[in-house]
Amino acid sequence: MHPFAYARPDDLGTAVAAVAGDPAATFIAGGTELVNWMKDGIARPALVVDLGGLPLSAIDETPEGGLRIGALARMRMVAEDAAVRARYPVLAEALEAGASPQIRNAATVGGNLLQRTRCPYFRETSFPCNKRELGAGCAARTGPHHLHAVFGGSDACIAVHPSDLAVALLALDATVLLRGPASDRRVPIDGFYLLPGETPERETVLRHGEAIIAVELPAARFAARSRYRKIRERASFAFALVSVAAAVDLGDDGRVREARIALGSVAPKPWRARAAEAALVGRMLDAEAAAAAGRAAVAGAAPLPDTAYKVTLVERAVARTLAEIGGWA
Amino acid sequence: MPRRDESSTAWGGRVPLALRVNGVDRVLRLDSRVTLLDALRDGLDLTGAKKGCDRGECGACTVLVDGRRVNSCLTLAVMHDGAEITTVEGLARDGVPHPVQEAFVEHDALQCGFCTPGQVVSAVALLAEGRATSDAEIREWMSGNLCRCAAYPNIVAAIRQVASAEGPPPTTGGAAA
Ligand SMILES: Cc1cc2nc3c(=O)[nH]c(=O)nc-3n(C[C@H](O)[C@H](O)[C@H](O)COP(=O)(O)OP(=O)(O)OC[C@H]3O[C@@H](n4cnc5c(N)ncnc54)[C@H](O)[C@@H]3O)c2cc1C
Ligand code: SF4
Ligand code: FES
Ligand code: FES
Repeated sequence: MHPFAYARPDDLGTAVAAVAGDPAATFIAGGTELVNWMKDGIARPALVVDLGGLPLSAIDETPEGGLRIGALARMRMVAEDAAVRARYPVLAEALEAGASPQIRNAATVGGNLLQRTRCPYFRETSFPCNKRELGAGCAARTGPHHLHAVFGGSDACIAVHPSDLAVALLALDATVLLRGPASDRRVPIDGFYLLPGETPERETVLRHGEAIIAVELPAARFAARSRYRKIRERASFAFALVSVAAAVDLGDDGRVREARIALGSVAPKPWRARAAEAALVGRMLDAEAAAAAGRAAVAGAAPLPDTAYKVTLVERAVARTLAEIGGWA
Repeated sequence: MPRRDESSTAWGGRVPLALRVNGVDRVLRLDSRVTLLDALRDGLDLTGAKKGCDRGECGACTVLVDGRRVNSCLTLAVMHDGAEITTVEGLARDGVPHPVQEAFVEHDALQCGFCTPGQVVSAVALLAEGRATSDAEIREWMSGNLCRCAAYPNIVAAIRQVASAEGPPPTTGGAAA
C-alpha cells in the first residue's frame, strides 16, 4: 500500500473541500472497497478523508412521503429499518442478499453505489485492462468471461457493475443527492452511472470532490409490491451472476398499472428492462404475462460465447420474480 | 519497498490512536496504512484474529467493533479512534470460556482451527443479533465465515446448542426446552 495522509473532519464542508482541492485525495466511508483497492494497487490516494465522523447515517421521512437514507447508513441498518422493510421490501432483500453480515456492518450506502467491478482482470493488476489503464486492452475479450456483460458493453470494456443495492434503487426510481464544493445536485439513479463506451475508467457522473450525502426514495405505489432475486454460484456470500429487482402496481381490476424491472450483473451499470415493464402494463399478472416480460427483458441482448447462459437466466429469473410477486411461485 | 512520503507529516504520517481492546485501554501511534487486523496482531500481540484472505472474503479476522462484528482486515486502524474492540481473546470471563467456545469444543467444531477464532466471534455476534432461530438461518448468517476444513455441520450444531440453551426470546414466551 502506498503511504497516504489521513484526515477525519467533523464537518461535511471541510471534507468536501479537502478532496475537491487535491486531485490525489479520496473519501473513505466503511473502507471495505477502498482498503482492498489500496492493497491491490488499483487506488493510490495521497490523502484519505474519512467521512465517518459526519452525521450522515439517518433514515428520515421526506415531506413527499418517501424516505431519505443518509449516505453513511450501513447496509445492515437500512436492511433492518422497519419503514424500509414495509414500504420498500426489494431494498431490504437486495441488501441482505449482498456481501456478508460482517461486511454489511461496515459498508455504507454511498460506498456501495461507488463499488467497482469485480471483473477479475480489473482486480488483478498483472492483466491488461482498459478500465485501469486506458489503451492497455481488455483481458476479458480473450480470456474466460462468464461473469461479464450481455447488455451495454463496448469494445473497450464488458465488465458488469456488481452492486445489488443499485439494482433495487433503480427499480424504486431513487435519486442520489450530491454535495460539491460549490453546490448540491440531485441525480436520478438512472442517470448516475455511465456506460463504458471509449471511456471505461469513467463509471458515474460524480465529479472529483463531490460527496454522496443521501439517497432518496419517492413514495411510489409499486414500491410495496416488490422483490429481489439473486442468482449466485453458491447459496450465499457471492456476487450475482444475474439479479432481478421487480416492482408491480396492480389496479383494482387486477391489471398491472405500472411496473419496474431492473437487472443486475448483466451490464456495466444497473440495467432497466423497460421493454419487460411495457410487456406487463395493462395485463393481468399471470404466468403468461410473466413469461412475456422475461422474453422482453432479453430482447437486444448481445452475449459473448461465455455469457450466453445469462440470457436464459435473465429470462427465467424475471418470470420467476414476477411469479413470486403474483403469489403463484 | 513502499515509498515513505515525508511530505505527509503535516497530516501526521504516524497517527495517534486510542482503542479499548478487550476491556483494556491501549494507546498506539500507527502508520495510517495499518489495518485494524495488523494493529491487533503486530501492534498489540493479539494473534487470535487470523489473516486468511486479507480481502474480506473469509471472515478469519472477524472482531467486534463497538459490539458489531466486522472484518478487521477491511478497515484501517486509524478509523477507530476511541472504539471498543473485542477479539477472541476477550471472550472468556475470569478464565471461564465463553459458552460458544465451550460448545465448539464439545461439538468438535473445528479441524485445523485456523478459521475458529473468526467463527467464534462471529457466532457470539450472531446470537446477540437473534439470528440463530433455525439451522438455515444460522448457515445464512454465518456465511461470512468460511472453513476450508468444512467443519460446517459441527459449527452449526455448536451454535444451535448455545441458542437453545439461551432459550427463545422472551416475547415468544414459554420455558426453554
Ligand atoms: C468479499 C466481499 C463481498 C461483497 N459482496 C457484495 C455483494 O454481494 N453485493 C454488493 O452489492 N456488494 C458486495 N460487496 C461490496 C460492498 O457492498 C462494498 O464494498 C461496500 O458497500 C462499500 O462501502 P464502503 O462504505 O465500505 O465504501 P468505501 O470502501 O469506504 O468507499 C468505496 C468508494 O466510494 C467512495 N465513497 C464512499 N462513500 C462516499 C460518499 N458518501 N461520497 C462520495 N464518495 C464516497 C470512496 O471514496 C471509494 O472510492 C462485497 C464486498 C466484499 C469485500
Ligand atoms: S472487461 Fe473492463 S474491467 Fe474487465 S478487463 Fe476488460 S476493460 Fe478491464
Ligand atoms: S482475513 Fe479478513 S476476511 Fe479474510
Ligand atoms: S477448521 Fe480448518 S479452516 Fe475451519
